[in-house]
Amino acid sequence: MTDWSARLNPTVREIKPSGIRRFFDLASEMKGVISLGVGEPDFVTPWRVREACIYALERGYTMYTANSGLPALREAIAGYVEEAFGVTYDPRGEVLVTVGVSEAFDLALRAVIAPGDEVLVPEPCYVSYRPCVALAGGRPVVVPTTLEQGFRVSAGQIERAITPRTKALLLCYPSNPTGAVMPRAELAAVAEAAAARDLIVIADEIYAQLTYEGEHTCFASLPGMRDRTILLQGFSKAFAMTGWRIGYAAGHADVIAAMNKIHQYTMLCAPITAQMAALEALKHCRDEMRRMVNQYNYRRRLVIEAFGAMGLPCFEPGGAFYAFPDIGVTGLTSEEFAERLLMEEKVAVVPGNAFGESGEGHVRCSYAASVEQLTEAFKRMERFVARRRRTTAGRAACGG
Amino acid sequence: MNADRRLEILELLANDARLTARQIAVMLGEPEEEVCAAIAELEANHTILAYRTLINWDKAGRSRVLALIEVRVTPQREVGFQAIAERVGRFPEVKTLYLMSGAFDLAVLVEGKTMQEVAFFVATKLAPLEGVTSTTSHFVLQTFKEEGVIVEDGEGDHRLVVSP
Repeated sequence: MTDWSARLNPTVREIKPSGIRRFFDLASEMKGVISLGVGEPDFVTPWRVREACIYALERGYTMYTANSGLPALREAIAGYVEEAFGVTYDPRGEVLVTVGVSEAFDLALRAVIAPGDEVLVPEPCYVSYRPCVALAGGRPVVVPTTLEQGFRVSAGQIERAITPRTKALLLCYPSNPTGAVMPRAELAAVAEAAAARDLIVIADEIYAQLTYEGEHTCFASLPGMRDRTILLQGFSKAFAMTGWRIGYAAGHADVIAAMNKIHQYTMLCAPITAQMAALEALKHCRDEMRRMVNQYNYRRRLVIEAFGAMGLPCFEPGGAFYAFPDIGVTGLTSEEFAERLLMEEKVAVVPGNAFGESGEGHVRCSYAASVEQLTEAFKRMERFVARRRRTTAGRAACGG
Repeated sequence: MNADRRLEILELLANDARLTARQIAVMLGEPEEEVCAAIAELEANHTILAYRTLINWDKAGRSRVLALIEVRVTPQREVGFQAIAERVGRFPEVKTLYLMSGAFDLAVLVEGKTMQEVAFFVATKLAPLEGVTSTTSHFVLQTFKEEGVIVEDGEGDHRLVVSP
């Protein structure tokens, strides 16, 4: 009974561990590391929110909530989505509160994917997308995007990737890891392609509020897209609430009911204290959110400038809190770059290939760090890149 | 440069006076010369009063005594509270000075090396001033938060070094 590998679910067995894992082990053992490898805000949750949670505990809010979440929270979410993104949902059947967007994402896939269904996954993308599609019994079909196209998936690419088995399209803009945002016109073209082949669109818009150039376009707000789209949103990034694990899904009542069915049998409900905290965030912390977004935007400009100065081509990220520079000039693969940068200069970034093959040749740098940390990290990184350039140039001169 | 941008510059400097004009220019996406000119103007017209460092003096090993003195005064004809406030404010022992609504008129934050020093200042300088009718001294026992900064803040960065 010791050989588990033969007994494991083959789908699970074949899922590769996240590329981030090995690097995490390496980085967490070192001292004095400045990390730009973190996928979460450097702000602590606003005190108002934390205090509201403590107060909820004091008043004895320690029980289950309705499966779909506290009615007051669902109402606040529906109100917020309407105000911020221009889409109207009925809080009584079209909004579901989940344990982070991660759960909402999993529920959405499991609710719609039948064995063998294909799901289009534009890459580079968040590390969970492909494994979650596979775990839901679907087949992820990667649609690679490049620096040249600004890491924005095109309608043409979607059309070419569609087969008779294609069931759904995943979209995540602003993007983790690239920071790319999609302009309304390009999203509208994608919407047309999705409608022509009757695709379901799972829109992970967790970074929506962190849009710096222009306004975020909610995919569900495009004409005719509301009932075809499962909108995923949450509190982690905008309100600096990653550890609270509160997200939500909004969409047509039928799909939300199906997702709720899975949710009630697997999760039951999201934690009540975190739901109370989320309600406080939506009601009273919009100014705090804007303040944090401003700070990210300041740092974003520092980051773009720093990569320019060290000669790493960097596409200008319009959203999220990541930059995704091209490290080709160093002659290193993204894993080599990240590993050597960590060893030689104690700066942690994430190799781009952790987000799909099309991320190779890039690294993800999070600017959810203080100006002081960023300044020091870029000083070190500049030194590292200059050294690598000399080595590469030396080799070229020797005909190597 | 528009007024909103100037306010942004001030907010950035209020939080971190060590930011260089170049950094601020990049952060705001404005030309460096314009940021320099705006800062120079804000300094010249005394919008920017000073660049200071917030220090936890207890930790630095220099003891100091702070007291909040409530002062009642008789406002003078034509100049109101202005003349007396100016006289009080010129003493270097006075760190902060506000005109208040309510039960007293001036809130005076006084700093000294010892309690006696502060008491002596109040008794010999502040209380005898013409127009001052009464003073009430409250000594500060501990500073928890100053200028928006929590003094002993246990909130470090607890994030994982690398996360997706």
